[in-house]
Parts: sequence; C-alpha cells; structure tokens
Amino acid sequence: MGESNTVREKYVYSVRMVNVDKYFGNVQALSKVNFEVRNNEIVGLIGDNGAGKSTLIKTITGVFPPTSGELYIRDEQITLSHYSVKQAHNWKIETVYQDKSLADKQDLWRNFFVGRQITGPLGFIKVKEEKRIANDVLLNMIGFRGAGISVDSKVAVLSGGERQGVCIGRAMHFDADLIILDEPTVALSLKEVRKVLNFVHKIKDSGRSCIYISHNMADVHEIADRFVVLDRGTIVGNIKKDDISLKDLSTFLLDYAHGLKETKNS
Amino acid sequence: MRVYEEKRSLLVRIEGLPIIGVYCLLILVFIFTSPRVFTGYRIYMSFLQTVPPQLVIALGLTLVITAGEIDLSFPAVVAFSGFLFSYVYRTFGTPWFALAAALAGGALIGYANGILIARLGVPSIMATLAAQFFWNGLTTLLSQGLSWNIVTIRGQLIHSLFVGRIGGVVPAQAVWTLGIAVLVWFILNRHQFGESIMFIGDNVQVAQVVGINVVKTKISLFTFHGVLSALGGVLLTLEMANFWSTQGSGFLLPVMAAVFIGGTSIAGGYGTIVGTFFGMYIIGSLEAGVVASGIGGYWVRLVSGLVMAFSIILNISFKNKSIGEKWNKMLRSQAEKKRNKA
Repeated sequence: MGESNTVREKYVYSVRMVNVDKYFGNVQALSKVNFEVRNNEIVGLIGDNGAGKSTLIKTITGVFPPTSGELYIRDEQITLSHYSVKQAHNWKIETVYQDKSLADKQDLWRNFFVGRQITGPLGFIKVKEEKRIANDVLLNMIGFRGAGISVDSKVAVLSGGERQGVCIGRAMHFDADLIILDEPTVALSLKEVRKVLNFVHKIKDSGRSCIYISHNMADVHEIADRFVVLDRGTIVGNIKKDDISLKDLSTFLLDYAHGLKETKNS
Repeated sequence: MRVYEEKRSLLVRIEGLPIIGVYCLLILVFIFTSPRVFTGYRIYMSFLQTVPPQLVIALGLTLVITAGEIDLSFPAVVAFSGFLFSYVYRTFGTPWFALAAALAGGALIGYANGILIARLGVPSIMATLAAQFFWNGLTTLLSQGLSWNIVTIRGQLIHSLFVGRIGGVVPAQAVWTLGIAVLVWFILNRHQFGESIMFIGDNVQVAQVVGINVVKTKISLFTFHGVLSALGGVLLTLEMANFWSTQGSGFLLPVMAAVFIGGTSIAGGYGTIVGTFFGMYIIGSLEAGVVASGIGGYWVRLVSGLVMAFSIILNISFKNKSIGEKWNKMLRSQAEKKRNKA
C-alpha cells in the first residue's frame, strides 16, 4: 500500500469496533464493546489487570478474531474471518511491546530495519543507507537526544525510554497510521517517562493516531484526547479530556475501583 | 548522535582482534622455541593444507551457533559426503557429478536436521546427535566399514582446482576457504539471512514480532551448514585421494573449540567469522607447533587447553567490559552533566 499523508486525512475513524463480543470458551472477555479511535486522536485505554485491555488490542491487531460484532478500519468494514496480523500490518497498525520489540545484542540500526531491510541485488543490506535513515529519523522525526548513543550502539545500552523512542520512530518511519503503545512507561523512572511522553506528542504532531494503554492516570491525562475505561470486558467510561480534570479522572477511577470492591465483598 | 560515532574506540571495531593477537603471539612463541621450523615456509604450507576442511565446517557452525543452535552431526556429514563422492567417482568416473552428489548429501542431512529442529521442535543438540549416529552408521553400513582408494583422482582437473598447489607451493584449498570465509562474513554481516540468524539467536520472540520467518530461516541455516560440511568432507577426501569410513570423526571438538575461542557467543545473537578463521588456524597449528618445540607430544593437549582458556578469557574481558562500552558510558555521563548544567 503506497498511501501517504494525503490518505491519512480522508477518513473519520482510524479504527471502530461495533458491538464486539469475545468469548474464550465460556469466558466472556469482551461484552458489547463499542470503541473507536478517530483520525489523529490519542486514546488513553485504562483498566485494571484482567479488564480486557489486551484482548481489545489483540482483536484490533488481528491476533484473534472477535466472536461477534463489526470491525471497521479507516471506515472500511473488515471481513473478520480473513483478518490477520499481517493484514493489520498492511493497514499500517503497529504495536509497540515493552520487551518484545528490540533485540538487545544487535546494533540499533539493525533493529530499526530488521524485517524490512533496504536491500540491493541478492538480498544484501545497504548498510550505509539504513544507518543514515535511522539516524535521520531518530534525530529529526522524534527528537532523540540520547547522548553518547549512535545508530551503531547496541540496544542493550539504551534506557527504557530510549527503547520506546526507537520503536515509535520505527513505526513512524514505516508510515504507521495507528500506533498502539502497550504499557510503555511501566518500570521507567520519571525522567524516562518524560521522554516517552514527548515521543507520543510527536505521534500526534505528525497526524497519526495512537492507543496508549496505561495504569498511570497522570501520563494518560497529559497526552490523551479521550479516555476509555474498561472493566471486566465492558466499557464503563468514555470521557473527553476537556470534560474532566486529572483529579476528577483519578477520583472517577478510584470510586470505580472501590465500588467494585464493595460489590465483590457484599 | 553523530558526534560520538567517530570517537568509538577503534579497538572494539576490529572484529576478532583478541584472537588475532593470540594467533600472532602463538606463532611468535613457536618461532622462539623452534626457529628452524617456524622461520621456514613449509610448516605454514602444511597448515594451509590440513586446516581448510575443518575451517569450512567451522564457518558454517559459526552461523548455527549465532542462531543459538548447535550441530553435532558434521563429522557424519564429512564421512557420508566423502563416501558419496568416492562411490560416484569410482562407479561413474565423473568427478563433477561426484561433487554434486556429495554436496547434495550434505544438504539432505542438514535439511533433515532443520525439519526436526524447526518444524518438530526437537532441541538441536538431540536432533543432531541422533543424526550423527544415524548417518555415520549408514556410511559404515554402505561402505562395509572399508576405506576406498581413489588415487586416480589426482590426475583430474577437480583435484588440481580444489587441492592443487598454486605455483607449486600454496595449497589451493586454503585460497578456496579464504574466499568462502569472506562470503560467509558477508552473509552473516551484510545479508538479510545473516541478520535473521542474529535476531533469532538474540531473542526469538523479537524475531517473530519483526516478521522473521523463524522456521524457514532455521531450515535454510542447517541445510547451508550441511553443504559446507560436505564441502569440507570433499576437500579432505580429495587431499587424501582416499575415503575411509571414520573420516571426520576427530573433527567434532577442534571445530567447536575454534568457533568458541574465536569469540562467537554460546548464548547466540553474536558470531564472528574472523574469530572463527583465526581460531581454527590456532587449533590447527598447536599440535605441530608443540611437537616441533621439542617438549614432546604428551604436552600437546595440555598446551591446547591452556591456549583455549586464555583465548576465551581474553575474548570475554574484551567484550563484556569492553573498552569501547566503558568509553561510551563515560561520554554519555559527561554529555548528560553538560546538558543538565545548560
């Protein structure tokens, strides 16, 4: 698919799920979920462990099909039986996993292009070109400022935040329309979290959409345009950023958690 | 980012530097202990004649180990391919067809290994151990445990092309293996296939996420190593003008040792062709060198063990706490301080 920025502006929704159910055997993981990400919107997906966040993401990325419901990507209805991870890639949906996206012992430039190398005849890699582009993307596209790091560095010397930066830069370079960040700031220091949030701002600035999954209200509140709260497979909150302050959002979630506890106990 | 690129220590950028150092040191010691032997060219020509069959195999094994796998079946490939080569040659008298048959035999063994390991999920150490017994047994069975003389091959073009003496001095197999080493270096460091191998060895989950076909890559890898091992077998058979059913059985430990002392990571994810190249020549030079030093044949293994341990320690100290990384870290912290001040 050769679309570029022009196509990015044509559609209303990057992704839209309508009445999606997902069962694993008898267990209902998602129940009548209506979820959408608008074009160039950052959605914060919030929920406790086991709320169904990753199930929701995996239906979008084609890991498994929903049991019933409709899925639209860029306003086009998807035939669920034919939807796969590979197709999700073709639709330019990229997921950044915390620890499964980069190989530690390999050079940064290799990690950037692996699987999508720039090759000459006979499949040999054009190293200079790959290094130049990787360097350019990291410096200019996402404002990577890690001192002492070059594209020749091993990934092992990067900090957690820098790793996220590389992944986000990679997704942006390969023209992802929707970037899904799965708990990108878990186990990061405050300084590193700052870096990651800056990278996410770049996603927004470049006209792309993003689903940001997190436990941390402060992070989500800063970067997201809208918050979707998931609990035990159902969407219990769908709030625009302008309608709620960080404090109110936290209170809402806490109340919800307490409310649940009470119902569980009673 | 750019600024620091040039400043990276030159030392760590030269692949296989520690092992090259060990090799030079070793030769210097031998020159000192037995100057008569080691200042002449003959001893080196004899290394260039005996090391290449093992070296070809070690190059392939480097890739296998980089992928985090192991192959113990190459001694059987050496025997089986030597058998196929001499059988076809004696039966049909066509050396090129014999070569093709031998390489195909190696590819078959490697492919079978690959299927067992990548498709059925058998651990490579078990799959290739079984393969070693099976194919070695088959070779013994088919050849009736005999050795075959194919001395007429000495008059053929294939003989002078692969194992002849260039200018009457330099063994041709040494040049071939040097060429193959360069090729394998490019495959590992500059080809998609090599990059897939490194990522699989580093972290197979990451490899899958970035879209590497792990199963296909592993099967190709073992097949490739099978072909290289068969080539080693053919070089050996050609040089000796003789096939014997236990040929290659002594290759297992020296070849593995060469890969590891060269600096290839046993954990996978990193492999060095330059290291393997010199590692193999070190192993191949030890016996002759120690014997020529006059301290007696009983010392050979002891000295070999010492040299191996020394090389590995050197490699580890170079890589883990490498001067380059320390340098890098220092630069980082300084730059960070500067930025914080600003």
